[in-house]
Amino acid sequence: MSATTRENGRKAAVRRKTSLHNQRLWALWGSYIALGVFAVMFLVPPFYTLITSLKSSAEISAQTGSPWLVHHPTLENFWYLITYPNFQTYYLNSTIVTVLVVSVSMVISVLAAFSLSRMGFWGSQSLSTGVFLTYLVPPSLLFIPLFQIIGKIGLINNFWCLVILYPTLAVPFCTWIMIGYFSSIPKELDEAALIDGANYLQILWKIFIPVAMPGIIAATIFAFTVAWGAFLYPLAYLYTSNQMVLTVGIISDLIRGDVFQWGKIMAACLLASLPPIVIYAFLMDYYVAGLTAGATKG
Amino acid sequence: MADGTSIPIGVMTPRKSAARKNTLRAFSQRKSTIGFLLCLPLILLIAGFVIYPAFYAIYLSMLNKKMTAFVGFGNFTFLLKRHTFQLVIFQSCLFAVTSVVLKAFIGFILAHLMHNIPGTRQRIWRGLLLVPWVIPLALSTLTWWWMFDPSYSAFNYILNELGFANVPWLGVGWIARFCTITVNVWYGTPFFMIMYLAALKSVPEQLYEAASIDGASATQKLFFVTLPMMRNIISITILFSLIVTFADFDIVRILTAGGPQDMTHVFATYAFQVGIQSGDIPLGAAVSLFMFPILAFAAFFVLRGVTQRTKEIAT
Repeated sequence: MSATTRENGRKAAVRRKTSLHNQRLWALWGSYIALGVFAVMFLVPPFYTLITSLKSSAEISAQTGSPWLVHHPTLENFWYLITYPNFQTYYLNSTIVTVLVVSVSMVISVLAAFSLSRMGFWGSQSLSTGVFLTYLVPPSLLFIPLFQIIGKIGLINNFWCLVILYPTLAVPFCTWIMIGYFSSIPKELDEAALIDGANYLQILWKIFIPVAMPGIIAATIFAFTVAWGAFLYPLAYLYTSNQMVLTVGIISDLIRGDVFQWGKIMAACLLASLPPIVIYAFLMDYYVAGLTAGATKG
Repeated sequence: MADGTSIPIGVMTPRKSAARKNTLRAFSQRKSTIGFLLCLPLILLIAGFVIYPAFYAIYLSMLNKKMTAFVGFGNFTFLLKRHTFQLVIFQSCLFAVTSVVLKAFIGFILAHLMHNIPGTRQRIWRGLLLVPWVIPLALSTLTWWWMFDPSYSAFNYILNELGFANVPWLGVGWIARFCTITVNVWYGTPFFMIMYLAALKSVPEQLYEAASIDGASATQKLFFVTLPMMRNIISITILFSLIVTFADFDIVRILTAGGPQDMTHVFATYAFQVGIQSGDIPLGAAVSLFMFPILAFAAFFVLRGVTQRTKEIAT
């Protein structure tokens, strides 16, 4: 009697377990399928960029067969761009601007974040709030007065104006992330260093920067993203091809009147997107962590 | 001030303690001076290229086209009477609100799907789905433009194969508006997905267990556990995205440049056209400044949400 009930109970338990297991399995497979559909939709444009970049101009204008397939793959577009002096200039300008902007932004924001998270001075609280508010100012709000100001300084049509202006977009968020990371470092650490006779710069250099390295990487990636991909400022302030950076250079150089050299444009897009893609492929985790911390933490 | 000042004073003789106090005051003064100096580059940068331009914009927007005479609010009233500008206001709101709602919704679904699958595989999927957000927006919009191209459209090819007629993607007002919103949703959804995924991970598993024991269904768990726990992060993300989308420039500029018949212009592209291309800098500055109230409104609530969130985490 008791044996049978126990047997029944175990059976029921097994059944319930397998049905739960099945449910989980279905949910898992459903999730995979749905994610797969979304991934395909999300990856259509990059895929199409790749397809077009491998086609010759003749094949693109012939319009025979599906545009989604490449019949005679060729690297002539890439070869053309690599040997095209203007494109080399854009790439070089972009690289110079990005490297300078990232270094300037990181120095400014690490120093400021160190000060704002540890050394309270009069008005430091409102300054951190102000930094956050500055992060919310979009570039399209102030580009017209900045056009006048840049004109007065004499940097119109000179890519150095971007080196001055991009930090205004990158520094606030970088500072904000770094404040979050620095505040999470225990106070005992720098007190101990102070007692041992370290000065503030030594504390920053020997303790804060090594401990907050993930935050520094995240902030660097953010500054890089801003400097490499921004479009409005270079479009408004640069107009000769020796000063242009990649984003505007591709659009204004490869589109002449109504002639679109789509194969070359797409190859250029691919080459220009390569650095961000490579960086994200390796350091995505840091960036995601920094981003979510930036919005959730103080 | 708990960093160096909590030294037991009673141990020392009175004279010594006074001297000590002085050095302590000097110490803390020096500390705040160094602190201020370290912030100086930041302060100069923000003052010179954010605050000064903001006031300069207000001044500029009150000048006439040649910037010789002061016209007060003339530019603003002139703009409000113009039909094109009324379209711009409507389109900016339509563009921002529709895009943000769609992004938030799809992002929420994606975050849930992602949360279902085991951790090791999550990384690969997250990497795949982040691609739209990693490519510089100006460049990926070029690809979209090419896919919408009237004579070689890749989408029209598919439609033709399925037996439908060609669609003039960027040639007709409402379809062009739809296209700009599509591109924005494509670009911005991954951001929502990451934010929501992080928020989902921070919901304690015990809450779901407790809800299950109380017999809650999946929808009840969603509405009474997940959403309340994520409320703050949802609102911060939405408001933040609202600011970015509202001020968006790249997509509309590259895809349609405001056309057809100004039916896709948003504030940023219209300000660019008026201020930089037509050379009417005061009017362009006025167009940009119209964005300010909405941005300030959203910024206020973002800030409130973030400070609340900080307090929640602190306690």
